[in-house]
Amino acid sequence: MPDVDVRLSKVAKTYGDVVAVDYIDLEVHPGEFFSLLGPSGCGKTTTLRMIGGFEQPTSGLIELQGQDVTWLAPYQRNVNTVFQNYALFPHLTVFENVAFGLRRRGVKGDDVKTRVADMLRLVQLEGFDRRKPTQISGGQAQRVALARALINRPAVLLLDEPLGALDLKLRKQMQVELKRIQQEVGITFIYVTHDQEEAMTMSDRIAVMNKGHYEQLADPETLYERPTTRFVAGFLGISNLLNGRGDGTADAYALVRLADDTMVRVPRGSVTGSGAVQLGVRPEKIRLHDPGATTPERHNRLAGTVRDASYMGVSTQYQVEIAGGARVTVYEQNVERATRSELWAPGEQVQLTWSPDHTFVITDPTPAADEAAE
Amino acid sequence: MGQLIHRYRAAIPWLLMLPGLAWLAVFFVVPNVQMLLFSLSEGTLLTGFTTPPDTWSFDNFPGAVTRYSGNFVNSIVYGGLATILCFLIGYPLAYGIAFRGGRYKSLLLFLVIAPFFTSFLIRTISWRIILGNDGPFLGIIRDVLGLVPDNFSVIGTPLAVVGGLTYEFLPFMVLPLYVSLEKVDRRLVEAAQDLYAGPWRRGGAITGALLGGFLAVALQVGLGYSQFVGETATPGLVALAALVGATAGGLVGASMVSQAFLRVTLPLSLPGVFAGSILTFIPSIGDYVNAHLLGSPKTQMIGNVIQGRFLEQNDYPTAAALAFILMAAILVAIFVYARVLGTEELSGGRA
Ligand SMILES: Nc1ncnc2c1ncn2[C@@H]1O[C@H](COP(=O)(O)OP(=O)(O)O)[C@@H](O)[C@H]1O
Ligand SMILES: [Mg+2]
Repeated sequence: MPDVDVRLSKVAKTYGDVVAVDYIDLEVHPGEFFSLLGPSGCGKTTTLRMIGGFEQPTSGLIELQGQDVTWLAPYQRNVNTVFQNYALFPHLTVFENVAFGLRRRGVKGDDVKTRVADMLRLVQLEGFDRRKPTQISGGQAQRVALARALINRPAVLLLDEPLGALDLKLRKQMQVELKRIQQEVGITFIYVTHDQEEAMTMSDRIAVMNKGHYEQLADPETLYERPTTRFVAGFLGISNLLNGRGDGTADAYALVRLADDTMVRVPRGSVTGSGAVQLGVRPEKIRLHDPGATTPERHNRLAGTVRDASYMGVSTQYQVEIAGGARVTVYEQNVERATRSELWAPGEQVQLTWSPDHTFVITDPTPAADEAAE
Repeated sequence: MGQLIHRYRAAIPWLLMLPGLAWLAVFFVVPNVQMLLFSLSEGTLLTGFTTPPDTWSFDNFPGAVTRYSGNFVNSIVYGGLATILCFLIGYPLAYGIAFRGGRYKSLLLFLVIAPFFTSFLIRTISWRIILGNDGPFLGIIRDVLGLVPDNFSVIGTPLAVVGGLTYEFLPFMVLPLYVSLEKVDRRLVEAAQDLYAGPWRRGGAITGALLGGFLAVALQVGLGYSQFVGETATPGLVALAALVGATAGGLVGASMVSQAFLRVTLPLSLPGVFAGSILTFIPSIGDYVNAHLLGSPKTQMIGNVIQGRFLEQNDYPTAAALAFILMAAILVAIFVYARVLGTEELSGGRA
């Protein structure tokens, strides 16, 4: 088996003036749970539809297990799709919906029966085979759509926001279920979603898309801990970004001089030379201390003034103004300071500290994702 | 009080239906009862009619059937052929408008119903001119192309009558078909393609050949058929028709029909097929204008007889009996048809 299941080479798709997909190079490995994550309109569906064969790229190549399928029709590709709104055949029973692909490929009688029964068991829908799609719930329809695609044992399964229509609780449940099924059948999944949490919980790797291309492709942890673009930093959770310039090295770290001349350590290799950079740190990585308190050695340290505190039960969210006027968001678990009277109050002076290892550096300062993310 | 208001609210739909129900009572139920009484009467306009309960002349029914069976058959054959032709012409048309019409959809639909802006009488008379012995149709195929002998004529033949009916009722077929095709979710077609529904080569060729052959024979026999003769349906011609039909049908089936269409689009458009064929079949089976203007005495349909009996002979009992038989026949036909189309097999329940 080749170690690449799906390969996109310089794939682009335009509709008139609209650039839906803007030169994507991508490799998806066998058995991988791969996600395309991005805001609405960034080209996720279009990318998926080109892999499925419903759209032809304006330029570029699409390969499936080493075979060029760019110009093959959907029924000629060993790929199946779970459509955004399931697209179950309303005139067919659940059984016939699931059996559809098998019958088209000439599988007969008893073979169809056993395979459909097995598949309905896998998605926990035994006993539903005689129902029509109108007689089942959204979550069940979702499972039928999954069974209908998986029964064909495709090389790759494409899923376009398959959980988008479900309520939150069911969605969480189905996330776990989908992951279980994927591991059980061992089929490569390419999963489209705009929900970063969903992508992070389920995926082996994620391509974070923006405006027709992906900005970063990595495993969820890397994306969260070391985003390389403003967009990615902003799309996956909240991050604080600070402007500075590279300024040499110290110990195992590179140094960055902030606007107010404070020196900050960042992981070595993330900054070279003395160009302008943006560094970022996640709100939950920052600790707050009294101005005079001793702080952990070698941690980065900034002075600031609390401007706002919102108590949220598990944690408290602070807005701290640092030198130069920038505001930094800090999450503090409500452990040491648990009651309202113990929290930092607006106006108090504090020190902010965090480990240099938790600092990431943005090398490609594209516009922030804040407006685009929902 | 609250309960009263609630009851009133629940009654509103019924109140709103009152005018319609009253209309139906006055203009449908009353005349039909009147007709039923007439159909069981005896006598003539001159001698006066004896109506139930003074007489119960049930003999009118078998009498009418025996006397005018030929015209009944004409009606069923011509109406049936016109319906099939309307379907064959109308389905691709409706499909094209619904799936490929794009921004011209409304314009194309308007063109479909545009003939309604002219009286159908005028349009049928125009057909008489077009198909006439000195008209442009024969002018081309007889005089220019020399395809038919000099004494060939179209007017007066079943071909002209069926052609007229097909033309006239085509919009009644196209509109319901369009509505049901327009509703077919395109994503379902994509889903079918995703699930390996490709071209339908072998099945399409076989099915197309069978249907095409059958249809060509039906047309050949049906168009040759008229009330008193069956002269043109010679075995040689029937065989030729079958061959031509099978070839054409096989080619169309193999090259133009996909499995996605067969398994998804077609079953989902069956409500439109049902509505369209009923809306075409019922008026064409009872039509008398086309047979009158485009046909000959041999191609008279049952509508012509009913019209003649009522308005020319003033033989109300026979006319009324014929009208009732026609109505009963149509109701039975619709019932059977609904049962056939409604079954799981046809709606695609099994592969
Ligand atoms: N058939 C189409 N015709 C014109 N524009 C399209 C078409 N499909 C998608 N687009 C455009 O391409 C862009 C990407 O769309 P899409 O792939 O659906 O995004 P996503 O799935 O990420 O929300 C959007 O700007 C959308 O408007
Ligand atoms: Mg989408």
